[in-house]
Amino acid sequence: MAPFGYSSWPPLPSTLKPPAAALKRPASISSVYPPLHACTHNTHISLVSSSRVCGAMAAANGSGGGKGFEVPKVEVKFTKLFINGNFVDAVSGKTFETRDPRTGDVIANIAEGDKADIDLAVKAAREAFDNGPWPRMAGYERGRILHKFADLIDQHIEELAILDTVDAGKLFAVGKARDIPGAAHLLRYYAGAADKIHGETLKMAQRMHGYTLKEPVGVVGLIVPWNYPTTMFFFKVGPALAAGCAVVVKPAEQTPLSALFYAHLAKEAGVPDGVLNVVPGLGSTAGAAVASHMDVDKLSFTGSTEVGRLVMKAAAESNLKPVSLELGGKSPIVVFDDADLDMAVNLVNFATYTNKGEICVAGTRIYVQEGIYDAFVKKAAELAKKSVVGDPFNPRVTQGPQVDKDQYEKVLKYIDIGMREGATLVTGGKPCSDKGYYIEPTIFTDVKDDMSIAQDEIFGPVMALMKFKTVEEVIQKANNTRYGLAAGIVTKNIDIANTVSRSIRAGAIWINCYFAFDPDAPFGGYKMSGFGKDMGMDGLEKYLQTKTVVTPLYNTPWL
Amino acid sequence: MYWLRLRLHYWTSLLPGALLHRFSTAPAPAAATSAATTDEPIQPAVEIKHTQLLINGNFVDAASLKTFPTVDPRTGEVIARVAEGDVEDIDRAVSAARRAFDHGPWPRMTAYERCRVLLRFADLIEEHAGEIAALETWDNGKTLAQSVGAEVPMVARCMRYYAGWADKIHGLVVPADGAHHVQVLHEPVGVAGQIIPWNFPLLMFAWKVGPALACGNTVVLKTAEQTPLSALYVASLLHEAGLPEGVLNVVSGFGPTAGAALCSHMGVDKLAFTGSTGTGQIVLELAARSNLKPVTLELGGKSPFIVMDDADVDQAVELAHHAVFFNQGQCCCAGSRTFVHERVYDEFVEKSKARATKRVVGDPFRDGVEQGPQIDEEQFKKILRYVQSGVDSGATLVAGGDRAGNRGFYIQPTVFADAKDEMKIAREEIFGPVQTILKFSGMEEVIRWANATHYGLAAGVFTSSLDAANTLSRALRVGTVWVNCYDVFDAGIPFGGYKMSGVGREKGIYALRNYLQTKAVVTPIRDAAWL
Repeated sequence: MAPFGYSSWPPLPSTLKPPAAALKRPASISSVYPPLHACTHNTHISLVSSSRVCGAMAAANGSGGGKGFEVPKVEVKFTKLFINGNFVDAVSGKTFETRDPRTGDVIANIAEGDKADIDLAVKAAREAFDNGPWPRMAGYERGRILHKFADLIDQHIEELAILDTVDAGKLFAVGKARDIPGAAHLLRYYAGAADKIHGETLKMAQRMHGYTLKEPVGVVGLIVPWNYPTTMFFFKVGPALAAGCAVVVKPAEQTPLSALFYAHLAKEAGVPDGVLNVVPGLGSTAGAAVASHMDVDKLSFTGSTEVGRLVMKAAAESNLKPVSLELGGKSPIVVFDDADLDMAVNLVNFATYTNKGEICVAGTRIYVQEGIYDAFVKKAAELAKKSVVGDPFNPRVTQGPQVDKDQYEKVLKYIDIGMREGATLVTGGKPCSDKGYYIEPTIFTDVKDDMSIAQDEIFGPVMALMKFKTVEEVIQKANNTRYGLAAGIVTKNIDIANTVSRSIRAGAIWINCYFAFDPDAPFGGYKMSGFGKDMGMDGLEKYLQTKTVVTPLYNTPWL
Repeated sequence: MYWLRLRLHYWTSLLPGALLHRFSTAPAPAAATSAATTDEPIQPAVEIKHTQLLINGNFVDAASLKTFPTVDPRTGEVIARVAEGDVEDIDRAVSAARRAFDHGPWPRMTAYERCRVLLRFADLIEEHAGEIAALETWDNGKTLAQSVGAEVPMVARCMRYYAGWADKIHGLVVPADGAHHVQVLHEPVGVAGQIIPWNFPLLMFAWKVGPALACGNTVVLKTAEQTPLSALYVASLLHEAGLPEGVLNVVSGFGPTAGAALCSHMGVDKLAFTGSTGTGQIVLELAARSNLKPVTLELGGKSPFIVMDDADVDQAVELAHHAVFFNQGQCCCAGSRTFVHERVYDEFVEKSKARATKRVVGDPFRDGVEQGPQIDEEQFKKILRYVQSGVDSGATLVAGGDRAGNRGFYIQPTVFADAKDEMKIAREEIFGPVQTILKFSGMEEVIRWANATHYGLAAGVFTSSLDAANTLSRALRVGTVWVNCYDVFDAGIPFGGYKMSGVGREKGIYALRNYLQTKAVVTPIRDAAWL
């Protein structure tokens, strides 16, 4: 098709005007789906002088005026459990603290759900599924309610983005431009899918008429992580509700705020009571109760591989509920000699440092072909140094704090391990501020495949750079992992792109792009990165049961 | 339409009549038929905003400056004069659509953005439901209750349905018998020419325009000369919703001029036509003679409605009644051959007569009216000729048989019994409120008779027997079988004909195929890890 005036149509929500820079940037870097695309990434180079490095930014983390940006007023409206359409205290009366990773200060005390609360939530969901209107209304009607839900999200973008920023340390500008509108987009996708859940009529080998019905699976337990509190919530809630299920959501204890707000909006949109229940709490208590509940028909979990194993075990030991898991990753990006070097460096920087590296699909093992390796290392380090680490409310900042103290310490520990195992620290490696959980964008070279920093998921802003010679060699290295979530390929060569795409054992391959999430693109892992897909029409499947109906045919003119 | 739906498990509570009577709450006095049609017509509460052609986002006069009258079927009086499109206007519209497709943003924006435009359009339709429904009833003569209660919501529903498809149009990745990587892309076909009929002006607009736009095509729509008004109005709303200029062009005009120009245009990539079988043949021929553009046709019918002997006769009578009389009998899928098993035949005829006699004919704007006027004088006269032919051929006229009132195009609900298969009224599409009842004695016989027609659009089956339902469903050579329901038209259900009732399907996922090209992209794959 002939290129239109703006050839790289910016894949932005239609409510947003593409920034001028977005039109000029290479199409190759454009990811498609809003939430995971750091929109500041490609513009920050021109916005920020090279002298403005992490250390300089640390000063900007202090409180008070003169920062050149406004921290919006944070108002937490919902702190209780949302069960059967009402906000209620925990049965135990207990609460837990959710903290601001910019400072470590407490934002709010949240009702702490435990087994007794999960029981109540499951009971409400059970009732809503077994006797309520939700699975009994036409898919179109469910779709209309989800459309309204999406419209309500669009009306509260700023407020929701503030919650995710103070709760998870995510960039405010990205939240407003991507995460929150992206959630509305995803909901609209599934609103449009709710009336397109097709069974099939069958070609039977007997005088029989057979057909399949795709029925909602029932009460679904959804356990979502803290790195994308909004996006992950809708990865699961969107298709589950579209399918006609009733759900119990356990948000991460680090980030319960936006999930409770979404529960409120769902009710306002007309989601019947009991269909969507949100129970904040800890994994070991509330999460475990969901996973082992005898009345939960299906479990969908996103989080670490270790916890995924516990979830699956609990499901097996209780009612054999089917489980889908979206777990960790150590995703490779393979940069070939023919790549445009600047583009490749930008892309890899984006792939590693987006959301401070707190992404299961982060491109953290970077294989660069020997012909451009040295130049790549130099430029990658220069670019990493230009990152602006600081308060995520500051529009000039490109990297906020790690989500909490545990993660912060874990990342620093891995950096230490990397150095002790003999990798060369090229840049970064240190905390950025004496307050909050800020870490410098870090690059290691001379990384060996068997080092911990090349094998383990660090979940922080740490890039491991490795050199390779041939296609065969890099395929072998890329697959040398227990994970299989995603991979990036940077090349202009069609044969290399096609061969490597098929050869890497991972659930998502991004060629000359990264984080190309899209509501229509199924996402999920190979190997120990999990099973079952989120998003796309595949994402609906796990919330559906297939029922085959057969009856004899008499006097049929054809079979 | 959809309120006629019967579900077996709601059997007792959801009688079609009971549901339909929502829209006819007024008691039906014995003299309702003539009284209603002699009253002064109710003035519609709507202003006619658009009467010009819509080309490239602007309302413009015809190149010839000619206009034609559109007539109120209640009175035969002119409602408005409408710009009359002809060859030159079709040329202008096609080049606008061509430009919009070849260079404009519509096929190039993300499907999600197209989806948002169609969703906004659906919202606007609901916001303006009252005006749209009034316009439709005024121009067409269908009851306001039907316009408000069924057609406007169905148009919004159809648009939302296709909005939801826009970002789910998937091609296959195909395994080949060698080391090749094969992908199938579904691309918009280009400029679609669409010709819609007068019996459901708005709904036909939605069925055609919805899938075409969702797939990223641009459109030149020719409306029926009897009913140009509602399409012009909703097309303006579609632009308000954000449709770029040139993507939808609406040209009012006549079939032999504007319609023929569209069919034979070399710049049109695809044609979709709904109308009579005779005109469908011309459309297909013009497409063949010009650029071989693919054509979908949704044409006439003479659909059987089969009542088995195990049926509850009261329910069967009610459903069969609505199957044929709905929309003044002006439905391509009207159940106009009512086959009734001999064991229940007499009771069925008697009750059908009573039901038809009770049917309230009158000003479609009036509450409680079930049947408005026929669309125009031509149809009105044609139907009365068929009624005469029924009488002449020896069928028993048990109800109706004449015009209703003394002005406008109202016809009495008419029922013939004892019809024979070879009679004209049992073979030809009457497109009016005329029920033709035939007696049968066995399953094989009724299958043979039901299939003994050039048409194959739809069929109704009324039975409580699972086996009879399954056998008939498969044996009938028709595009839709409604079992214990009729005229269920959800946007997701494919609709179209076997035999001379048409080519291709509208609605559902199937309609997307009409507006998509299929492109296979093949490239060798070196050292593939798997094939």
